[in-house]
Amino acid sequence: MTKGRFGIHGGQYVPETLMHALEELEAAYTHYKEDPAFQEELTTLLKEYANRPSPLYFAKRMSEDLKGAKIYLKREDLNHTGAHKINNVLGQALLAKKMGKKRLIAETGAGQHGVATATAAALFGMECVIYMGQEDIVRQALNVYKMKLLGAEVVSVTSGTATLKDAVNEAMREWTRRIEDTHYCLGSVMGPHPFPSMVRDFQAIISKESKEQILEKEARMPDAIIACVGGGSNAIGSFYHYIDEKEVELIGAEAAGRGIDINETAATMAVGKLGIFHGMKSYFCQDEKGQIAPVYSISAGLDYPGIGPEHAHLADQGRAKYVPIKDDEALEAFQYVSKIEGIIPAIESAHALAYVKKLAPTLGKDKVLVVTVSGRGDKDCAALARYQGEEIYE
Amino acid sequence: MSKAFIPYIMCGDPDLETSEKLIASLVEAGADAIELGIPFSDPVAEGPVIQAASSRALQQNVDANALFSLVEKVRKTYTIPLYVMTYSNVVFAYGIEKFVQRMQEVGLQGLILPDVPYEEKEEFDAICRKYQIDLISLITLTSSSRLEKIAKKARGFLYCVSSLGITGTRASLHEEIFDVIEQARDYTPIPCLIGFGISNAQQARQMARKSDGIIIGSAIVQLCEKYGREAPEPVHLFAKSIKEALTM
Repeated sequence: MTKGRFGIHGGQYVPETLMHALEELEAAYTHYKEDPAFQEELTTLLKEYANRPSPLYFAKRMSEDLKGAKIYLKREDLNHTGAHKINNVLGQALLAKKMGKKRLIAETGAGQHGVATATAAALFGMECVIYMGQEDIVRQALNVYKMKLLGAEVVSVTSGTATLKDAVNEAMREWTRRIEDTHYCLGSVMGPHPFPSMVRDFQAIISKESKEQILEKEARMPDAIIACVGGGSNAIGSFYHYIDEKEVELIGAEAAGRGIDINETAATMAVGKLGIFHGMKSYFCQDEKGQIAPVYSISAGLDYPGIGPEHAHLADQGRAKYVPIKDDEALEAFQYVSKIEGIIPAIESAHALAYVKKLAPTLGKDKVLVVTVSGRGDKDCAALARYQGEEIYE
Repeated sequence: MSKAFIPYIMCGDPDLETSEKLIASLVEAGADAIELGIPFSDPVAEGPVIQAASSRALQQNVDANALFSLVEKVRKTYTIPLYVMTYSNVVFAYGIEKFVQRMQEVGLQGLILPDVPYEEKEEFDAICRKYQIDLISLITLTSSSRLEKIAKKARGFLYCVSSLGITGTRASLHEEIFDVIEQARDYTPIPCLIGFGISNAQQARQMARKSDGIIIGSAIVQLCEKYGREAPEPVHLFAKSIKEALTM
């Protein structure tokens, strides 16, 4: 088997022009991963700049209200820039800097990864260009403003469906044009090797912390970990240190959009099949001829037709399970958690919370769930208000 | 003596009937082989011109089977070597073996998959070898350290990418690719053809100077976009001017 495989998934399906850059990246990452000075620098940044460790918060009112399992929230929403994305971006930007790159490019869907990348570029004094689908630019105007404020150029992508997958296409095209001084800061556990492993390593801090935190609070392993899945970076980060703890159930909540039985969905595990796209073999939403399907979700961050190769492998093995959550269920959870806990979650994270809302009441009070609140919902308020027919000015 | 000229067209742009006429006009103009594109929803190695052609062809529901029927028709008249250019997921979804077997049945010579580098080629190449189909290898300005292994296993011809980036016409072309070709010749006797960015007779002549020929895509697809069903005539004239420039 070729490099970077998770079972049959993964690999490096990219144009020859990019192979040298991937080899260079892999060599640098392999070196710095074991370099104590690099790790120390990253740890300090995560602590002092990004506000880690993120708290593991016992959601007392939610647990009481749902009359079942104890629910803990892993508060990635409290990170600097408001989501888990910063964990990966600080790692990659620091690595790019060590490699002598002067420029960061990235794709973004909801804008969270774009904001995080623009932030890291500002921090390290690097140039930054963010590729964002035209559709998403409209849905996420506040994040577009933030990226510009941070000094990044935001390129509107109009090709294809003008959403996240097209932003990835355009960022990859730009990378092939300019690989010498540019690092492509991919935002999820997807794409060609070494990205799925490298991004997972940077996000694994979520489960490294949560494991210590839950042991301290409950003196035992949780019964299940729940996280939302688009490409799957916060989910793999939330799962990683529990993969070998076989008694811990791993559950990814996918965006079902308007439903998996109609063609307006982004739930790859529910409707996708094996294919090759964006540099990797994995499951993708596609038609019978291999054309990548337009996907839909209320959440711009989960609106992606594929899933990271490690998730595909965890699913094949039956180690993790993936459940589809509809727009309306996510929206309801978004409002519910806001009211009952005083925490406004990102609409992406609300997919995971929606599943917890269904799961917790079916479990006994002795059960413990850890759900990752991958980001905060400020960015979603205007769009969700519009969705419900209320016009507000940002 | 003339250097080789391989033009590219997107199948079904603007429709399959015109594609058939375009193939005839290219053969008559002296093309040495033709690349036929099967559209893909997300062609990451293509610039805006071929991206747009992909979308037009997809709107016509052009797929692998449409290409195979087109080639069956063309084969009644012409023996010119024909290559398929598409993306790996189109072949994978069809079934790699089924796809390659159909290629052999209808008389196609080779397969170009720009998103399959050396590292991933065996999955496709093992089957291609079984059916005597050439899976074409690409080399680029960034291939230097990889050149030996790529060139040694290359079959058919070596597709030498003129410049960094994606397909599309370029105002000027650098000659750095000549060094890469020179190195590659130490490892393989097969022809080295330069593609990406070549859009006129002068550039064709420049690039053919130290290679065995050239490939032109976007400049021809632009004519197809501009003239639609009337494209065979201007494409013929353009191809003829290129072939003449290559005859030295």
